[in-house]
Amino acid sequence: MLESKQITKVYGHKTAVDQVSMKLMPGHIYAMLGPNGSGKTTWMKMAAGLVKPTSGEMLFKGEPVGIASRERIAYMSTEPYFYAWMSIRDAGLYYADFFRDFSYDRFAELLKRMELTDDLKTRTLSSGMMAKMKIAITLARDAEVYMLDEPFNGIDLMARDEIRESIIEHASPDKVLLLSSHLVEEMEAIADQAVYMREGHLVEIDDLEELRQSQGVSMADRYREIYRHMEV
Amino acid sequence: MKFDVNLPIWLQVMDSLQTDILTGRLPPGSKLPGGRDLALNYGINPNTAARVYQELEKASLCETRRGLGTFVTEDLERIARLRHELALTTLSDFLAKMARLGISREETIRMLTEEKG
Repeated sequence: MLESKQITKVYGHKTAVDQVSMKLMPGHIYAMLGPNGSGKTTWMKMAAGLVKPTSGEMLFKGEPVGIASRERIAYMSTEPYFYAWMSIRDAGLYYADFFRDFSYDRFAELLKRMELTDDLKTRTLSSGMMAKMKIAITLARDAEVYMLDEPFNGIDLMARDEIRESIIEHASPDKVLLLSSHLVEEMEAIADQAVYMREGHLVEIDDLEELRQSQGVSMADRYREIYRHMEV
Repeated sequence: MKFDVNLPIWLQVMDSLQTDILTGRLPPGSKLPGGRDLALNYGINPNTAARVYQELEKASLCETRRGLGTFVTEDLERIARLRHELALTTLSDFLAKMARLGISREETIRMLTEEKG
């Protein structure tokens, strides 16, 4: 569904993503792991069509990503991206204008689950409320690929359950879900595949249940093994 | 449910459902939640939830009727036999542990009879 071929992104002297080839298949929830600066966000931004690769290609259903794929790929970045004057409702309407697959009803449902109301001004939201709102607005799209960068950051324990539920509800045999996080424990049970990135490289992709069954190793264990020798 | 993340999650959920079936908490013939609801109830990946039902079917503890959903088996003999098998495994694990502590079979039986719990 989503495939990068030898994709590379260089910013000045820094190679953020270095010749990464990988294929994400529909029907899976991928946990993308790695310390800050390992290339997760840059890879996602290239998949979202927001950053142009220096070399290599990013393909969505075999075609290079671009205007067309942006309609089918929902991406939640870590940066805030709403105007301060907007209420949650304004932000939803703004999204509805931008994305044909956005459903305000679904947005309203997700807001309710996250215990938010659409009259709140985005500027007055706490960081946890803002994080929940961003997830709701992204999942309110009916896309084929959902990429959530750090969905659990700044979110209290109770709300993490709600977010996990929304993510599980969105999984389907014809969709790809990709979640990046350094909160590995949050993703052990909901992800079925783990993508480990290190210093711009893809280290490996594991089938998590297979890893547990064959080696008794969890995602967190594997994470520690891979990044043990790094100053994190 | 809190999982041991070093063991396959499908196995832990399957164990939990199996216990409910063997004890009758999930009665024979009762309808089980759909795959997605099972995933939501346990907070697990939907593929893991699907695996749980595959394995329960393999163990002849449930069956999927097309278009209707997944149901607990009505084969009471199968349930009783499996319950008995599990009881035997639990018993032999227990006896092995007692033996490792150097407690004789007679002593074990005496302790069991005196145990108030």
